[in-house]
Amino acid sequence: MNQPILLAGGVNVFKYAAPQTFYPLAGKLMPWFFWTAALLCAAGLYIGFFVAPTDHQQGEAYRIIFIHVPAAWMSMFIYVVMAFWAGVGLIFNTRLSHMMVSALAPTGAMFTFVALWTGALWGKPTWGTWWVWDARLTSELILLFLYFGFMALQAGIDDTRRADRAGAILALVGVVNIPIIYFSVKWWNTLHQGASVSLTSAPTMAATMLSGMLLMALAAWMYSIATALHRVRSIILEREQGAEWLKHLPEATK
Amino acid sequence: MGALLRAVIRRDLLLAWRRRSDVATVVLFFIIVVSLFPLGVGPEPDLLRKIAPGIIWVAALLACMLSLQHMFASDHADGALDQMLLAAAPLGMIVAARAFAHWLISGLPLVILSPILAIQFDLSPELSPVLTLSLLLGTPILTLIGAIGAALTLGLRGGGMLLALLVLPLYIPVLILGAGAVDAASAGLGADAHLLLLAAQLILTGTFAPWAVSAALRISAE
Repeated sequence: MNQPILLAGGVNVFKYAAPQTFYPLAGKLMPWFFWTAALLCAAGLYIGFFVAPTDHQQGEAYRIIFIHVPAAWMSMFIYVVMAFWAGVGLIFNTRLSHMMVSALAPTGAMFTFVALWTGALWGKPTWGTWWVWDARLTSELILLFLYFGFMALQAGIDDTRRADRAGAILALVGVVNIPIIYFSVKWWNTLHQGASVSLTSAPTMAATMLSGMLLMALAAWMYSIATALHRVRSIILEREQGAEWLKHLPEATK
Repeated sequence: MGALLRAVIRRDLLLAWRRRSDVATVVLFFIIVVSLFPLGVGPEPDLLRKIAPGIIWVAALLACMLSLQHMFASDHADGALDQMLLAAAPLGMIVAARAFAHWLISGLPLVILSPILAIQFDLSPELSPVLTLSLLLGTPILTLIGAIGAALTLGLRGGGMLLALLVLPLYIPVLILGAGAVDAASAGLGADAHLLLLAAQLILTGTFAPWAVSAALRISAE
């Protein structure tokens, strides 16, 4: 820790670990990510709804894939990122990492919910049912519970330092359990032979479909980063209220 | 080290003996929940036989949850927990001993009762030992994972509901493997694979959970 980690060009990484240096940086970066997300989303939706061909098996209903799959990817990835920052926060004792974990959780929960919701809407026309106890659906539902548990724990603790560290432990315990949960659910499902329908709808995907989906996935990434930065700024303001540096911010002196 | 572990286990057992009604509550809860299901779904023996392992396992899960809140609470209130945090012995060892004592008090009675409840559901004599064995392997995992949740929610308002929200999703693999063992045995597939996986998870949790519990306790008692 004493030896600063230098990136190429001599930028000290830990410089931005302090809320007061990160706050303006996040403010500068945020609009870029928001606009990139909006542009990518517009492009992805355009390709998804107007350019991509109609699926010969599922008709137009398949087009929900452009929201469903990126949301599902993001929901899982955000939990891993949360666990990463939780680990960093516990090891280096950086407050900003913990703030990042709290900032990411609602976005992760939102994407998990969107993935489940769009999945239900997709399931109805293609499988004829809103919900099946398929391994992937079930583990996504459990992931939503894990997000809720994390947020409930943080909301239940008044002392921020304790809330941060307790949440970090829970996020790490959760991330260790996710593969165990996933494989047990998968195994349970194959034994029960519950789902007679497969999620892998089309064996090969048209190039335009794939590009639309990837654009939407990138948009989801950018959106997540932008909202996380936005939320982390709010958290910084909330926790640092009364700090001297806040008074010298350009938006405060205006 | 051995003397310390023995002392910790003996202390917890003695405390439980002095508060026998707490232990009885958990056991009664388990029996009542299991007995409610036939009233809810109807008394057809075929159906009951089919759902028995799942019901007994879910009831065991809930009964474990119920007892978890008391795991560290009174020690936290009277300062005994601080002594354990300050002790020269590694906290993980103390936590492991306490989890073991807690399992003896709240997990083992459920394991012992399960064959009797299995009779209520007309589970065949070959399947009943599988259920008991799966509970024997699974309930310590419930105690260990639950201890993490109990340590994290120590002294919080609404701790009980919060604990359920944190811990129940993590219990899912145990439920699947435990109830699945009986299902697999009744389908003629053999329960070995399920029971071995359950044992593997017990070893894994037994190795890492005390470590996570100690970290959580240090955070909560700060």
